[in-house]
Amino acid sequence: MSSPGPGAARERDFGPYGGRFVPETLVGPLDELEQAWLDARVDPDFNAELSLLLADYAGRPTPLYMAPRLSEVTGGTVYLKREDLLHTGAHKINNAIGQALLAKRMGKGRVIAETGAGQHGVATATACALLGLECLVYMGSEDMRRQRPNVERMQLLGAEVTAVETGARTLKEAVSAAIRDWVASVATTHYVIGSAVGPAPYPALVRDLQRVIGDEAREQIQAAEGRLPDRVIACVGGGSNAIGAFVGFVHDADVGLIGVEAAGDGLDSGRHSAPLTTNACGVLHGALSAVLQDEYGQVLDAHSVSAGLDYPGSGPEHAWLRDEGRVTYEAVTDDDAVAAFRRLARLEGIIPALEPSHALAWLFAHPGEGIDILILSGRGDKDLAEVLSR
Amino acid sequence: MPYLMGGYPDPDASRACCAAAADSGADLIELGVPFSDPLADGPVIHAAAGEALAGGVTPDDVLSVCESVAAQVPVVLMVYANVVLQAGLSAYVQRAAAAGAAGMIVPDLPHDESGELREACDAQDVALVPLVAPNTAGCRLDAIGEDARGFVYAVSLTGTTGERSTLPPELATMVERVRAATTLPVAVGFGISTSEHASAVADLADGVIVGSRVVRAAGEGGSAAVGELVSELARALD
Ligand SMILES: Cc1ncc(COP(=O)(O)O)c(C=O)c1O
Repeated sequence: MSSPGPGAARERDFGPYGGRFVPETLVGPLDELEQAWLDARVDPDFNAELSLLLADYAGRPTPLYMAPRLSEVTGGTVYLKREDLLHTGAHKINNAIGQALLAKRMGKGRVIAETGAGQHGVATATACALLGLECLVYMGSEDMRRQRPNVERMQLLGAEVTAVETGARTLKEAVSAAIRDWVASVATTHYVIGSAVGPAPYPALVRDLQRVIGDEAREQIQAAEGRLPDRVIACVGGGSNAIGAFVGFVHDADVGLIGVEAAGDGLDSGRHSAPLTTNACGVLHGALSAVLQDEYGQVLDAHSVSAGLDYPGSGPEHAWLRDEGRVTYEAVTDDDAVAAFRRLARLEGIIPALEPSHALAWLFAHPGEGIDILILSGRGDKDLAEVLSR
Repeated sequence: MPYLMGGYPDPDASRACCAAAADSGADLIELGVPFSDPLADGPVIHAAAGEALAGGVTPDDVLSVCESVAAQVPVVLMVYANVVLQAGLSAYVQRAAAAGAAGMIVPDLPHDESGELREACDAQDVALVPLVAPNTAGCRLDAIGEDARGFVYAVSLTGTTGERSTLPPELATMVERVRAATTLPVAVGFGISTSEHASAVADLADGVIVGSRVVRAAGEGGSAAVGELVSELARALD
């Protein structure tokens, strides 16, 4: 993990976004978590332990791979940041190990998490096995059906998986269930949220733990090309891999930053997961941010072929970066993402997860002549059944 | 002080349930506005909200339920922040005031986020009732008490709404702490499920809020069941 930048004070708001829209019971514990993180992230011992685990256990640094056949197609130079090569197969492990270490440091022996596709659940179950923490994962029963192998993985790793039967039985409800558990168990339990969402300090905490993606990529591209990239492209569900990548380049005005959301059946269909692209704004899961909702403020169900993007909200820092005009957010349909998934497999011998396949599809549609870095946030083994069934 | 979910089981039945509660001795009705993601609520109230929404209930439908009973008994709306935000703070408060609401409780709007809404409420003479929890720190409690309007809602336990078999042992100490922070009445809610609970809580606090148990009665037996339950609870408080 890199050391914190300037402004190491607490960060609760991103422009008008963020905040803590939670039951009173969680306010004290969020204060405590915020302080614990502010202390931990400047503690050399904590950072040494985290760096060692990220290196020897998770497999960092991940390569920044210049993809020649993909570059030939786009007419530029495309580098893939290979988070798919990490232990458990996605960037989620960066956050899970960091937060599990933090839980231990805070003396909380029980960890809860939510999961959609199962990637964050597997990462958290893994980190808990590694550190000897009790782990309970909330997962919508519809997602449990769609992502059976990941349920079995979590169980093998010693985690308990609790089915969530409310609403659409997917990620949004799993997050709500985890928060409700936490309201009741907060004295003994740490909630490892899986993306850069939720009440403060979570969006900043998760970004800090994921910024290793952007910090590494920045160094690697300097070493390889002697300059910064023209564009950095990442998919956005809650937005953790994207914010982790963008934060490494956000002060470099010449680097274009593109966040790619899921357009599902199409933005006009109403069946999508693109709150940033469609300018939605509301409170979900403790933060004011971009949220899909109806005219009465009821939060809508998201739709995406990729379970990891199937969430009606997004991180508050993204909403702010959008309003500031620093990051461009666009959306890609299920069909285009699946086509990009297949295309990368044949072009580069890499089977990407469906989530970053959205970023790839955007790149195919917007080829650039310069240097692009695309965050390949995870590998696609989990998605084979979904893609092959289409 | 019964809690009822606005528009549940349906708007007409919801009106009837409120009327029955008022006729049966409720001193105040807490009227829930259904929300898709109610983080402070346990299974019974969550499910009731889901059912109301599935039936097409809107925030305005709930205000019309409020209006139907507000002449009889004070009504405090329990509404999640996003519903208020989406309508616009002052616009929502104005509509609530027009519907006769005496107050509002926003369970996911802690003190630090509540300044703007409190101003809007003050302007319309609607009391923004704050929640405090067993783990609310002392200095925070003082600040909340200072800005409280109407009464202070003491959440009896660390957890979501829902019936419990026993009252938390620290309840008396907690109510003492809240009293020290405010001159307003203190009402206790969350987990209070039986007449015995109600009468025990009444010895400590000025108000007793029964939620999930009442909502369950509304679902199982409609206004008749609500009336019966509220009478029984009211008798326990005499
Ligand atoms: C591989 C992969 N990429 C991206 C995401 C989306 O999450 P985020 O936007 O937080 O990076 C997920 C979530 O499950 C994922 O598994």
